[in-house]
Amino acid sequence: MGKLVLLEKAKVEGIRGYDVYRREGGYASVEKALKNMTPDQVTEEVKKSGLRGRGGAGFPTGMKWSFLAKPEGVPRHLVCNADESEPGTFKDRYLMEFLPHLLIEGLIVSSYALGSKATYIYIRGEYAWIPDILEAAIEEARANGWLGKNILGTGFDCEIYVHRGAGAYICGEETALIESLEGKRGNPRIKPPFPAVKGVWDRPTVVNNVETLAAVVPIINMGGEAYAKIGVGKSTGTKLLSACGNINKPGVYEIDMTISVEEFIYSDEYCGGIANGKRLKACIPGGSSVPILPANLLLKTAKGETRMMNYESLSDGGFAKGSMMGSGGFIVLDEDQCIVKNTYTLARFYRHESCGQCSPCREGTGWMEKILKKIDMGQGKKSDIDLLWDIQRKIEGNTICPLGDAAAWPVAAAIRHFRDEFQWHIDNSEECLVRNYGLAHYADPLEVPATA
Amino acid sequence: MIKFSDEKLKKVDEIIARYPEGKSKSAIIPILHLAQEEFGGWLSPETMDYVATILKIEPIEVYEVATFYSMYNLKPVGRYMFEVCQTGPCMISGSDNIIDYIKKKLGINVGETTPDGLFTLKTVECLGACGYAPMMQLGKHFREHLTPEKVDQIIEECRRTAAANN
Repeated sequence: MGKLVLLEKAKVEGIRGYDVYRREGGYASVEKALKNMTPDQVTEEVKKSGLRGRGGAGFPTGMKWSFLAKPEGVPRHLVCNADESEPGTFKDRYLMEFLPHLLIEGLIVSSYALGSKATYIYIRGEYAWIPDILEAAIEEARANGWLGKNILGTGFDCEIYVHRGAGAYICGEETALIESLEGKRGNPRIKPPFPAVKGVWDRPTVVNNVETLAAVVPIINMGGEAYAKIGVGKSTGTKLLSACGNINKPGVYEIDMTISVEEFIYSDEYCGGIANGKRLKACIPGGSSVPILPANLLLKTAKGETRMMNYESLSDGGFAKGSMMGSGGFIVLDEDQCIVKNTYTLARFYRHESCGQCSPCREGTGWMEKILKKIDMGQGKKSDIDLLWDIQRKIEGNTICPLGDAAAWPVAAAIRHFRDEFQWHIDNSEECLVRNYGLAHYADPLEVPATA
Repeated sequence: MIKFSDEKLKKVDEIIARYPEGKSKSAIIPILHLAQEEFGGWLSPETMDYVATILKIEPIEVYEVATFYSMYNLKPVGRYMFEVCQTGPCMISGSDNIIDYIKKKLGINVGETTPDGLFTLKTVECLGACGYAPMMQLGKHFREHLTPEKVDQIIEECRRTAAANN
């Protein structure tokens, strides 16, 4: 059992309400930071903690904070990115639903560090019931003196507002989120200028993921150095993973990044093994955008070492033979799943979510979807696989924002590792409609007990 | 002429007050949500024009936002909209079967509304409930771990609520 610093209290009855949360030690980090630390000292602790952005990119949070421009007389803003939309990812939802005060606490401390007097939570529109939970928590925090004017008599003023989006994956990209917060279409901006200099309403802005901001609470409570001791190497602290697909125990888990992928999938503490006694075929370990890996390359790296659940080990082997930690959306596919169909649904997703600004993404995602649909329906041509490869290559790196890359990578990885399955679909146009390709040589090397 | 009730107008003011002075355009997305709820579950041109007058912006600024985000309905929809997720994680957990079942049960295709105006079936892309698949959004909430039996119950529940409110 790894150390829990975010979900430790998640199962305490009534933790969603202020009284229980406070009794369990809540808001101690606000007291500590506002009374005993300067804003720069808070940033320093976050730097020392080694915390990396939990939204998917993994950029060091303390460094991001230190880029924030602080021109005299210009307000600055912290914006919490709760536009969780990466397929396979539902960890921020869990955090906001069950531990809303943890996020509010993290937001107050972070707002103090950054000098944000008006902080916004941009939450995806479909999480329509969660703003009520967050707003109730904000009201309780205000009623108890943690928000508003002159918090704890320190002279620091802060308000937190919830801004609900209306359905657009692209608004998880920070400049699209900023456009959306300004009341516009979510078209990403060309950088520079970066949000740290010119963000929402042209003011210096930091955009951080929900989990990132919640992690500031334990960092301040235990100190950055102690937090950095959890985990391994540059993967410090804990990470929330949302596990889904063909496993026995889908759900949200907190890991300390020292366990293996194999343990995460098969241990009863986490996913509990593959459902219905089936065998593992493939996995997308960090949200739909990251490369899919066949079982044998998922559990062991290309060098034959045990693959661990952390940033470095998951990306070991680069894109050719590795993947990414990404957002922590862990999607498991069993032996019965069709890689072509799965890739098609993801391509459809990206076509649907492309904002349409850059032609390679706008056109390319549509083409990929059409071709994949054709192959899935047994109408593929021999040249289609190379055509798909060519299209994804022409999207990657040629767009304003990373949605283009995110659309290209799943297609590239599926072809790279499962090319024979695509070929089989094309060669067996009728058979592919009645059965799936199966495990072939991707099989996991593990003995799976019949009762699993 | 459509108009928000006094109570909703107060809500509109509250929403606008969240943003800095002179930045009320930021309120457009939340106010469009409110307008869609208030004025029949969709955004007619009249509704969008009304929102433009509230925010003192050009109608085109409202149209371009309303057409970008997937949660705004630009055509009338049924009283209950079944928005079934069909992206990867839901697909591998059986969402295709659920969509087929709803189609058969309600006698409509994706994108259609039942003749009695009660149900609309829509397929959507990932809603963030991947661990609780298959799932759909119904109004403000998610319905998860869907099975044909659960779908039956939901349909019954909607019919009962509709009958009670008529």
